Amino acid sequence: MVRRRVIPCLLLKDRGLVKTVKFKEPKYVGDPINAIRIFNEKEVDELVLLDIEASRLNREPNYELIAEVAGECFMPICYGGGIKTLEHAEKVFSLGIEKIAINTAALDDLSLIRQIADKFGSQSVVGSMDCRKGFWSGYSVYSENGTKDTKRQPVEWAQELEAAGVGEIFLNSVDRDGTQKGFDISLVESVVSQVHVPVIACGGAGSTTDLIDLFDRTGVSAVAAGSLFVFHGKHRAVLISYPDINVLNAG
Amino acid sequence: MIVVVDYGVGNIASVLNMLKRVGAKAKASNSREDIEQADKLILPGVGAFDAGMQTLRSSGLIEVLNEQVLNKHKPVMGVCLGSQMLGNGSEEGNEPGLGWIDMDIVRFEKRDGRKVPHMGWNEVNPQLQHPILTGIDKESRFYFVHSYYMLPRHAENTLLTANYDQQFTAAVVKDNIFGFQFHPEKSHKFGMQLFKNFVELI
Repeated sequence: MVRRRVIPCLLLKDRGLVKTVKFKEPKYVGDPINAIRIFNEKEVDELVLLDIEASRLNREPNYELIAEVAGECFMPICYGGGIKTLEHAEKVFSLGIEKIAINTAALDDLSLIRQIADKFGSQSVVGSMDCRKGFWSGYSVYSENGTKDTKRQPVEWAQELEAAGVGEIFLNSVDRDGTQKGFDISLVESVVSQVHVPVIACGGAGSTTDLIDLFDRTGVSAVAAGSLFVFHGKHRAVLISYPDINVLNAG
Repeated sequence: MIVVVDYGVGNIASVLNMLKRVGAKAKASNSREDIEQADKLILPGVGAFDAGMQTLRSSGLIEVLNEQVLNKHKPVMGVCLGSQMLGNGSEEGNEPGLGWIDMDIVRFEKRDGRKVPHMGWNEVNPQLQHPILTGIDKESRFYFVHSYYMLPRHAENTLLTANYDQQFTAAVVKDNIFGFQFHPEKSHKFGMQLFKNFVELI
């Protein structure tokens, strides 16, 4: 059977790697190339690399950095951030990246996903969505790095992304980001059960047990985490780690 | 010199990156002369079957590839869609494949709880003893992304199988022709080993 996929999710700001809490307070954790080299040595299943300010600053992906990253990666890598057109996507693919995450641009215009899927196949497009739980109401999808409520329901939006041609969904919980308090299981299950494409859940992983728990309790295809793999101990010292795949697949 | 056939569809940069890592002399090219002079060929590919075959056909390279692979018997390695293109045709479209290996490409049926595409890391089961599998065993794992799989008509063409709620062919072989459904260029040391084996094939 297919192994449980565990994906370090790395956030880029300028040329540095950062980690946020609830999408805020980006803390510098190190040099991206160095970190990726370490993750490569640890033979991680896959990497997700997100430029968290490209869209907000309305700038294109940092192609030079992406090329450098791809040159270090002997595992699949998904890049997201600042891709607004098919040309941007083509350029990123040509550098040796096999998946592109589209978030903000899909909220503006879903047709970009169809264009990329038609040219490069559905497996190359990941629909990324950031969700928050409302104070009174249910969950909602947020844009602009978790700051603006789009008033869309996560399940409906995930289905729209699937219909538009994404091969995977990257489901992010803004509320749990960086908290290490565990995944938002009800959010994950609600989306997983209503789409046919694989779902990657991100936000809240605090231990390997949290990862196993999410696999056991939902039909999630992959789990992603940031803090869990870059911080160590209660003082959050920077130390890159990755769980033993045999522990994850024992259950 | 290994030539990665650059017909406009595929993960060329990653394949070159891996070849460089195993110390092979390699380049990407769409020139007939380069393909004629190559010792070995790699046929990459991602995306839809028809789009891949149409692009390959319009590149005008099929004739030279047939000559080099079928008559000159140069080792060739198809990766992912490039591997499926070695067959007769696919349920995904209407275009004929290269027809180098007698196989059809069929879709994973949707079943309860099984997500399609099949995406992720799988272990493989060698079906044959072959130098291309040196150092590859049941513990080796590879990265797959596909909705369709290869169905050889002759069992002796199945090199590796894998399991995704059903057993399916993960790699094929026929004489000098190899096809890998997964992405060895994105499969860490296991993929590196396969590339090394291909580079060292005589």
